[in-house]
Amino acid sequence: MALTTPASTGGRAARSITDGLTKRGSDLRGKLIEGVLVTALAATLLILFVLIVDLVQRSWPVWTDRGGDFLSSGLNSASAASAGVWSGIKGTITLGLIVCVIAFPLGIACAVYLEEYAGRTRFARLTRINVRNLAGVPSIVYGLLGLGIFVNTLGIGRNVLAAGLALSALVLPIVVITASEALRAVPVAIREGALGVGATQWETVRSHVLPAAAPGILTGTVLSLARAAGEAAPILLVGAATGLLRTGDQGFLDQLGGAFTAMPVVIFSYARQTGEQFREITAAASLVLLVLVLAMNTFAIWLRNRYDRKW
Amino acid sequence: MSSVSDTSAAPVEIAVAENAGQAQANGPNVFETRDLAVFYDDFRAVREVNLDIRQHEITAFIGPSGCGKSTVLRCFDRMNDLIDGARVEGTVSYHGVDLYGPDVDAVEVRRRIGMVFQKPNPFPKSIYDNLAFGPRLNGIKKKAQLDEIVEQSLHRAALWDEVKSRLKASAMGLSGGQQQRLCIARCIAVKPEVILMDEPCSALDPIATSRIEELMQEIKTDYTIIIVTHNMQQAARVSDRTAFFTTEVNPESDRRTGRLVEYNPTSKIFSNPDDERTEQYVTGRFG
Repeated sequence: MALTTPASTGGRAARSITDGLTKRGSDLRGKLIEGVLVTALAATLLILFVLIVDLVQRSWPVWTDRGGDFLSSGLNSASAASAGVWSGIKGTITLGLIVCVIAFPLGIACAVYLEEYAGRTRFARLTRINVRNLAGVPSIVYGLLGLGIFVNTLGIGRNVLAAGLALSALVLPIVVITASEALRAVPVAIREGALGVGATQWETVRSHVLPAAAPGILTGTVLSLARAAGEAAPILLVGAATGLLRTGDQGFLDQLGGAFTAMPVVIFSYARQTGEQFREITAAASLVLLVLVLAMNTFAIWLRNRYDRKW
Repeated sequence: MSSVSDTSAAPVEIAVAENAGQAQANGPNVFETRDLAVFYDDFRAVREVNLDIRQHEITAFIGPSGCGKSTVLRCFDRMNDLIDGARVEGTVSYHGVDLYGPDVDAVEVRRRIGMVFQKPNPFPKSIYDNLAFGPRLNGIKKKAQLDEIVEQSLHRAALWDEVKSRLKASAMGLSGGQQQRLCIARCIAVKPEVILMDEPCSALDPIATSRIEELMQEIKTDYTIIIVTHNMQQAARVSDRTAFFTTEVNPESDRRTGRLVEYNPTSKIFSNPDDERTEQYVTGRFG
C-alpha cells in the first residue's frame, strides 16, 4: 500500500530532522578530554595548596614561639634560637629597588625603541629574536656575568649593588619582551590620532602610547621583579652572605659595604643546617618569601585592573 | 569646460578649467598632484593620479575597494609615512610647495592638514584633553585660552550642547557618532586649513551620518575638505567635485593597480559622466 500521502511524507521529514538533531549516544571522547583537563587543573591547584599548608604547618612553632623576633633577627645559621630573616628581607627589598631603578627604565626604553622607532630593519628583527633568546639564559650565567663584570672588571665589590646589577641584567630581557608586547597592543588608531593633529613621534609616544600601554608594562615589570626576588644563584655567586649576618644597627646603606644577603639565600643557608628547629625556620623563611612574592603579584594585578583602559 | 581623460590614453590628464556645473567660484588650488604613484614595497597601489583640489570645496573620492582612494588621501598629510615600505613617486604640492620635498617636516604638514579616520579614534582620555592635546602641542598653555578653543571647536562640530556638562568625562563613553564629531572637533581645534576624511561615516548609523554631513556643509566655508567614501549617495549629497578611481590590471606587473578615471563636478559625475566606467559605477552596474 502506498502511504505517501502529503501528511505522511511531512511526518517523515519532521522525524528525520528530529533524528538528525538528537544526540547520538554519549560523547565519550569529549567527556574523557574534559576529565583530563579538569584533572590537570586539580593537580596544579593541589600542589600549590599542599605547598602552602605544609609551609604554614611546619613553620607554626616558629611563629607561636618567636613571632616578631624571627622577622627582626639577622641571618644566623649557627644558632636556631637567634636565627631570623630581617637581613634577608632588607636585602631583597634593596635588590628589588635596584632592579626597579636600573632594569625598568632601561628595558622600557629598549622596548619603545624597538616597537616605535626601529621599524622593519634587519637590525631590529635580529635584536628582537636575540632578546627572546636572552630571556632563556639560565640565571647562574647571569651570576657569572655579575661576578666577572660588575665585581671584578668594574670593581664594584661583592656587595648588594653588584648583585642588584646582576639581577637587573637577568630580568632586562623579560622587561623588554613584556613592555614590547604591551606597546604592540596599543591600537594604531591612537598613534594616527595623535600624529594627525601634528604631534611628533615622541609626543605621540609620551602622551598616548606609553599611558595606554602602562597597565601592561607595569604588570610585566612587577612580575619580573617577583622573578628577581626569587633568584638565589646569581646573588650567591656575587657574594651574598650565607652563614652569619647580624643586623643590629646596620642600615640599608651598610649593605653596600659588602655584607648583604637576600631571602632566597637565607632560605638556602637555613636549609643546609641540621635539626628539627632549623627545618621549622626554613619553612618560616620560605613562607616569608612566598608572601613577599605573592604581595608583588597581587600588586601587579591590582595595578592592571586599576589602570586597565578600553579603546 | 572641464576636459577629462580619454579612457584609452595612458596618463589621466585633468585640467579643471572654468567654473563647471555647481562647483563654486574658483578658489586657488590647495593641492595639485602630478603623476602621483604610491608603492607598498614593490607593489604599486595607485598610479598616475593628477588632481587639483580647490579651496573651500568638498571633494569626494569614490571607487571600488582597493582602487587607492584612501592611499591617495593619506598622501596629502603624509600619513603613508607611517607605513613601512610605503613610497611616493610624482609630486603632491600644497600651495605650490612639494609636500615630499627634502626640507618639508611631516609634523608641520599634519598641523595644517587634519585628518578624520574611518573608525572614531578618540584618545582614552577626557573630552577636554582630547581637544586640548593639539593646541597644547602648539604651545598654548593658558587655561582660559584652551577653554575657549575647546568650546569653540565643540560648537563648530555641533557637539557642545551634548557634552558641555561632562567635559572631564572620558571620551570613550560617548556614542560612535559623538566620538566621530569629537574627532572632527579635535581636528578643528588645531585650526588646520584642510580636513581629510577617510570614510568618516562608515562605522556610523544613518542619523549620525546625516549629522556629520550637515556639519561638513557648515564648516566648508572655513576649510577645504576631501572625503573618501564608499557611499555614492553620500558623495552626491555632500561634495562639489568627485574623483572616481578604479582598479585595472597593470600590464607591467600583472597586478591590480588603482587609477584615477574621472574628476569632475559632482553633478556631472552623477548625471553625465565623461567616462563609461564612471557611468557604470555610479549607476550600480559595476564595482
